[in-house]
Amino acid sequence: MDDPLIIAGKEFRSRLITGTGGAANLSVLERALVASGTELTTVAMRRVDAAGQTGVLELLRRLGIEVLPNTAGCRTSAEAVLTAQLAREALETNWVKLEVVHDEETLLPDPVELLDAAERLVNDGFVVLPYTNDDPVLALKLQDIGCATVMPLGSPIGTGLGIRNPHNIELITARATVPVVLDAGIGTASDAALAMELGCSAVLLATAVTRADNPELMGAAMRCAVEGGRLAKLAGRIPQRFWAQASSPGL
Amino acid sequence: MKAKVNGTFRDLADGTSVAAVVALVGAPAQGVAVALDGAVVPKALWEKTIVPDGGVVEVLTAVQGG
Repeated sequence: MDDPLIIAGKEFRSRLITGTGGAANLSVLERALVASGTELTTVAMRRVDAAGQTGVLELLRRLGIEVLPNTAGCRTSAEAVLTAQLAREALETNWVKLEVVHDEETLLPDPVELLDAAERLVNDGFVVLPYTNDDPVLALKLQDIGCATVMPLGSPIGTGLGIRNPHNIELITARATVPVVLDAGIGTASDAALAMELGCSAVLLATAVTRADNPELMGAAMRCAVEGGRLAKLAGRIPQRFWAQASSPGL
Repeated sequence: MKAKVNGTFRDLADGTSVAAVVALVGAPAQGVAVALDGAVVPKALWEKTIVPDGGVVEVLTAVQGG
């Protein structure tokens, strides 16, 4: 079935976007990314002399995976805009996963700073993929100012709590005209399948794979879950009923 | 003169360029970007851009994250 994910005119066969954070080493990360089938993967921008510097760029280029820089760690619009501009300069891409979080305990997006940064970056020619709260109003505002996707959280980053408010996600997918990417909170494969069944166009996850006991196996599980959830959404689920309905004919 | 490079004050010779600072911090050959006093310095301008006394330089690259 020809069913590509299209973001800002670019086609992807995989609807699973991954992050690179949390992997024990590059070898583990490579096996997990390959098993996941991802074609688009996030990286963070950090000082050259900071701990944790790796050859992640070389790895992604060798695997033929598109690089999506993020603005993780930014707390203000100004920080996020500068980080995005640095990423564009360093990585020669105008795509950015926009993150502007409010505090370290929740890592929840700061909606005021996020909207401001998104508007500035769109006006500066960026393809903006904003990580946002599961707020249907904010999601539409981000879309209306020109973001290429909206990426509501299922639950806070790294919690693995799954999708805490499925109705909000459905409200977003029902009204958005840009791809909706469920970003953050995925714990296991059923969460990813649910995101797709709720009408999301893709799922973005990292921790659920990179910190699984077996990242390679979980990468494969997420690939299947996203594909299965997408097929189920397209197939159309049966209506839920209060009483039973026999599937066998009567005697 | 002194400049703050990736959060640490360093003594630099007068006339030190952004390109020299990039080499100083051991940046890789590719995938690097520089901000001077909060503004991006395009790579084409690294050689001719001189770090001022008290300047704040950030040299960034991509790492695992997100």
